[in-house]
Amino acid sequence: MLTILFDGIAYGMLLFVLACGLAVTLGLMNFVNLAHGAFAMAGGYVTVVLVNRLGVPFLAALPLAFLASFVLGALMERTLYVHVYAKSHLEQVLFTIGLVFMSVAAVDYVMGSQQQFVGLPAALQGRYDVLGVGIGKYRLLIIVICGALTAALQLILVGTRFGTRLRAAVDDRRVARGLGINVDAVFAVTFAVGSGLAGLGGALGAEILGLDPIFPLKFLIYFLIVVTVGGTSSITGPFLASLLLGIADVAGKYYVPKLGAFVIYTIMIAVLIWRPQGLFGRVTAR
Amino acid sequence: MTLAAQVARQLAARARWRPLEIVFWLAALASIFLLPSRHLILTEIAILGLFALSLDLILGYAGILSLGHAAFFGLGAYAAGLLAKYGLVGEPVLALFAAGLGAAALGFVTSFLLLRGSDLTRLMVTLGIALILREIANRYDWLTGGADGLQGIVIGPVLGAFAFDIAGHVAYVYSLSVLFLAFLAARRLMNSPFGLSLRAIKGNSLRASAIGIGVDARLVAIYTIAAGYAGIAGALLTQTTQFASLDVFSFERSADVLLVLILGGTGYLYGGLIGAVVFKLVQDALIDVTAQYWQFWIGLVLVLIVLGGERVKRLAAAAGGRIARLVGRRPKLDAKAP
Repeated sequence: MLTILFDGIAYGMLLFVLACGLAVTLGLMNFVNLAHGAFAMAGGYVTVVLVNRLGVPFLAALPLAFLASFVLGALMERTLYVHVYAKSHLEQVLFTIGLVFMSVAAVDYVMGSQQQFVGLPAALQGRYDVLGVGIGKYRLLIIVICGALTAALQLILVGTRFGTRLRAAVDDRRVARGLGINVDAVFAVTFAVGSGLAGLGGALGAEILGLDPIFPLKFLIYFLIVVTVGGTSSITGPFLASLLLGIADVAGKYYVPKLGAFVIYTIMIAVLIWRPQGLFGRVTAR
Repeated sequence: MTLAAQVARQLAARARWRPLEIVFWLAALASIFLLPSRHLILTEIAILGLFALSLDLILGYAGILSLGHAAFFGLGAYAAGLLAKYGLVGEPVLALFAAGLGAAALGFVTSFLLLRGSDLTRLMVTLGIALILREIANRYDWLTGGADGLQGIVIGPVLGAFAFDIAGHVAYVYSLSVLFLAFLAARRLMNSPFGLSLRAIKGNSLRASAIGIGVDARLVAIYTIAAGYAGIAGALLTQTTQFASLDVFSFERSADVLLVLILGGTGYLYGGLIGAVVFKLVQDALIDVTAQYWQFWIGLVLVLIVLGGERVKRLAAAAGGRIARLVGRRPKLDAKAP
């Protein structure tokens, strides 16, 4: 029982790191980025190549995965995404679906369609047994890393000048621009960091979520659930939503395996009907 | 002349058949006789065209963005398959209607979920519904065959007289006839005051309701109709291939049909049909070259359409204007009243 809770929390934290970049993108630019999972996949594959082929230690590969996705995100943002912000939602959807299809086929071409596994160091395998609760070492690591990241993000968002600018831009882009905040630059940085975090999430999650070329499609719905259920006006909303989703998904698969993914889709639709702004979102008058 | 008479005249002028349309359908008719060896792919094109047409009804006319239109396509496909497999309805045309009605019923029920919220919420809800249906089809494998697909479907002869043949001649004539009849109905509907009110809603739903258009009721109505169309398209696929698999619900199918419609253009009914022809021919060519990776090129096309869309649209509009001048002008709604 507690083990399931623990696994659920680890899973939820992972989802949060994967999806928080998307939440900011959506809240800041009102941009529907269905290709977010592609950046996560990039991070995952970078880790696989580094660890399995080049023999880089797993823990050293994680920051590199972040960096790779960060650079990729920054490049894509500056060259392609900037042209699409002002377009309609339909065109944004088409554009990002196109990117997803391309990334899926490209990864399939380069790496093959089979599932990839990261060679974990022996120190991270196995589990501790604390008062009868089995705690997987790897999952503990995920919780520690993701928890630290979440705290850091929250501190940056609340405590720094950049965070203040970002929040101002999310609340009202036009007024923020009028106050002299360079919204485009704030957004470029945020997009890149969000992609980097997704890459890190992909690297960490390769073991738990499974990594194959259709990763961006498979987890698209999860990211979107986190964002829509959590709302896009803060990061606590998506954070709580990811925890809920993680625990519900793990518990659902354990207790009612026959229903499977059914549970979360139904919850999602119910939440969206009940509160289209998301559970934790504020109702804005835009 | 009274205002009512003027409006009626405008509507009649809008609904008149233009020469290009007649040419289009004559070409489709001719393909039956001129391209007998290509009937298999032509059947696929007709089905995809019908599916894209149904998406056009909600996206092009009512402005509802859907990422889960395959839900209705899949429901129709499985409904037709089950009806035939268990001998409930042996005659394909009747089964087609039954499948369409079933999909329309699902569309009616789920349409209420789309009345609230933004584009993003609609995307999520439509996507979620398609995923749930796929999950249902996967779980109840004693009925649907699960991941193996629905096998052992035997389809009776159309109208009790024309049995399906291996070369697909009957299938093509049957699909094309269904497509044509469905198109006629859609054309009639979209040129009616109802269709015009949908355009008003798409333009600005707040203003539309201010001039007395019941927005919600109309959105429910068109979504139901479009769902029925998609169900018929799905049923056609099952009947002509005698097989239905989980793939009919897939996200890729919803995304593909969106691409088809965008390729052809939204909001004038022919977009889906033209897009289907282009899409299938390109797909056919690409699969010959790179069977596994043709999705990459589809994705590239999508990206390029969005990035270069404005320029292409301007070119197309210019070309369209020239063609329109050649074949007789299309009457405008804002033409001067006498």
